[in-house]
Amino acid sequence: MLRGFRHTLNSSRLQPGETQLRIENVHLSFGGVAALTGINLEVRQSEILAIIGPNGAGKTSLLNCISGLYKPQRGRIMFNDGQEEHDLIKLRPHQIARLGIARSFQNIELFRHMTVLDNLLAGCHVHMKSGLLSCLIYWGPAQREQIAFREFVEDIIDLLEIESIRDKKVGTLAYGLQKRVELGRALAMKPAILLLDEPMAGMNSEEKEDMARFILDINEEHGVTIVLIEHDMGVVMDISDRVAVLNFGQKIAEGTPDEVRSNPLVIQAYLGEEHALFPFGAGGSHD
Amino acid sequence: MVSGIFHTSYESDMALRRTPAQKIRLALFILFILVFPFFASRYTLTLANQVAIATIGAIGLNILTGYTGQISLGQGGFMAVGAYTAGLVTVRLGLPWWLSIIIASLVTAAVGALFGIPSLRLKGLYLAIATLAAQEIILWVVTHWKALTGGVEALVVPDPMLFGIRINSDFNFYWLAWGLVGITALMTVNLFRTHYGRAFIAIRDQDIAAEVMGINLFRYKLLAFALSSFFVGLSGALIAHYRSIVTWERFTIDVSVLYLAMIIIGGLGSVSGSLFGATFMTLLPAVLNNLGRSLRGVFPQITSIMPFIQQATFGLVIILFLILEPEGIKKLWEDIKDYFRLWPFSY
Ligand SMILES: Nc1ncnc2c1ncn2[C@@H]1O[C@H](COP(=O)(O)OP(=O)(O)OP(=O)(O)O)[C@@H](O)[C@H]1O
Ligand SMILES: [Mg+2]
Repeated sequence: MLRGFRHTLNSSRLQPGETQLRIENVHLSFGGVAALTGINLEVRQSEILAIIGPNGAGKTSLLNCISGLYKPQRGRIMFNDGQEEHDLIKLRPHQIARLGIARSFQNIELFRHMTVLDNLLAGCHVHMKSGLLSCLIYWGPAQREQIAFREFVEDIIDLLEIESIRDKKVGTLAYGLQKRVELGRALAMKPAILLLDEPMAGMNSEEKEDMARFILDINEEHGVTIVLIEHDMGVVMDISDRVAVLNFGQKIAEGTPDEVRSNPLVIQAYLGEEHALFPFGAGGSHD
Repeated sequence: MVSGIFHTSYESDMALRRTPAQKIRLALFILFILVFPFFASRYTLTLANQVAIATIGAIGLNILTGYTGQISLGQGGFMAVGAYTAGLVTVRLGLPWWLSIIIASLVTAAVGALFGIPSLRLKGLYLAIATLAAQEIILWVVTHWKALTGGVEALVVPDPMLFGIRINSDFNFYWLAWGLVGITALMTVNLFRTHYGRAFIAIRDQDIAAEVMGINLFRYKLLAFALSSFFVGLSGALIAHYRSIVTWERFTIDVSVLYLAMIIIGGLGSVSGSLFGATFMTLLPAVLNNLGRSLRGVFPQITSIMPFIQQATFGLVIILFLILEPEGIKKLWEDIKDYFRLWPFSY
């Protein structure tokens, strides 16, 4: 069944190109171990920004700072929702989610015992407004709200081509499909920014191609800003507008894929890594 | 798993009973509940009423432990809050029994939320210990605050009356208790069709992801404690009015453990599982009792050790159950349904 997408997935009020997220001088350490030292980075509306770097460079830690799971000791993370700026460091994870910052995890963190449908509906949580009493009675507005979101979620199911598994428990699904469902759950939040932590890790090349296509669709058709951590250089160079490179908790380069690729610091950082920066397009495997 | 049925609207696809077979089963069950008391003996009616009270309490615990993943050993204490509140507002304030039941449920919800505060920091076994503390604190208060509760002495509650009819006769109470089972079950099932219920399950399955999805962990954990305790308090209040007497011995840690066993054996995170577990755990001791009584005639020499044999059998059956069907009676029931759905083409 093919039909047009009737709902917008993007909840940001900014124009493409406007600065949406400004990471300023972020320091994060665990005990004595510095994970991030003085990171500065800007994310612009409707771009695909890739964050790359060797293992342990601090990529996931940076994402965790944005979504509020880690609290940096210094710095600011300013998010522009079109009306005002919020310092995410002062907010709790669920408040940050309400601003429209959605994410997926490096190690899949789905609600294992729920069906695919319920996982996606759980992603809609912040948009559901019915009160407790009307939900206990499941009458009138509460029921209408659930049905409306069911319709919305069906659009995401179409987009990600997961119609056939919508009633399956996610714990029983293959790894690649789980990754897809996790993307869907983040999309159900109608994100202003979508943070994806290695969405293609551990996939075969066909699955990677599908995932890349979904990410491009979400970005091009809905204008959703995407911040993407990925080790597969082929994919990164193919789909991202800009690339930032982390190494040992520092940003060592930033620019278009071409600029980054020829940056000597970057080549230096990747020296000795088993996943080389070249050749592109071959989809160098990782882990 | 149900297959071969296609839905033409989201509304019918999202209905509670999605297939004709499910609807028929539910209708048959309700019919059974409606005609049962007209054929039952007084003794079986008493058992049925106990099952009803236990079902409400088990659904309450299942909301917290089965669905939200917060292990609670405070069940007995929360039931005590419900029972004593219902008894005391009836005796001291002279409020009608139905109002006392509502007040008791609300008070227990508040007490439950209060003792739920540690759940923000504690998980798993550590939380279980914190709820064990709740159990002990509540019982200590009940037995030591003599001026309020009468301490270890029994609190006698007047018979609940409605239009001159005594509600707590076995036959009359049956309708009240099973009516409340219906309301409790319906509300709980509804809850888990909405974002509230999904938030609870999300917290159980993956709390960090839940938080990043915008679920306020503190709010929803406390809400789970409050809602759970509301129904547990309701079940305690029913005990007060059914027995006309409230004593602390009815609400010890044994009760907490018994209810945990109920939902584990019946099925965690399931309303029908709560009913199965409550039925099983109420009827099994009764069956063992009757069996023991008839055996006593045959082997008079084992009379003295009969209680031990009964206890051991009770434990053995539970252990066997957990080994053979760790997912509970609900799973067993689903397997049976699947078998008959495909029958006679089961291959
Ligand atoms: N919760 C934590 N406690 C202690 N140290 C941590 C924690 N999280 C990350 N670190 C440390 O911070 C550094 C950066 O880790 P991070 O997970 O951000 O790397 P990464 O770039 O995502 O690596 P990978 O490509 O392997 O996923 C590592 O040295 C890691 O050991
Ligand atoms: Mg990482």
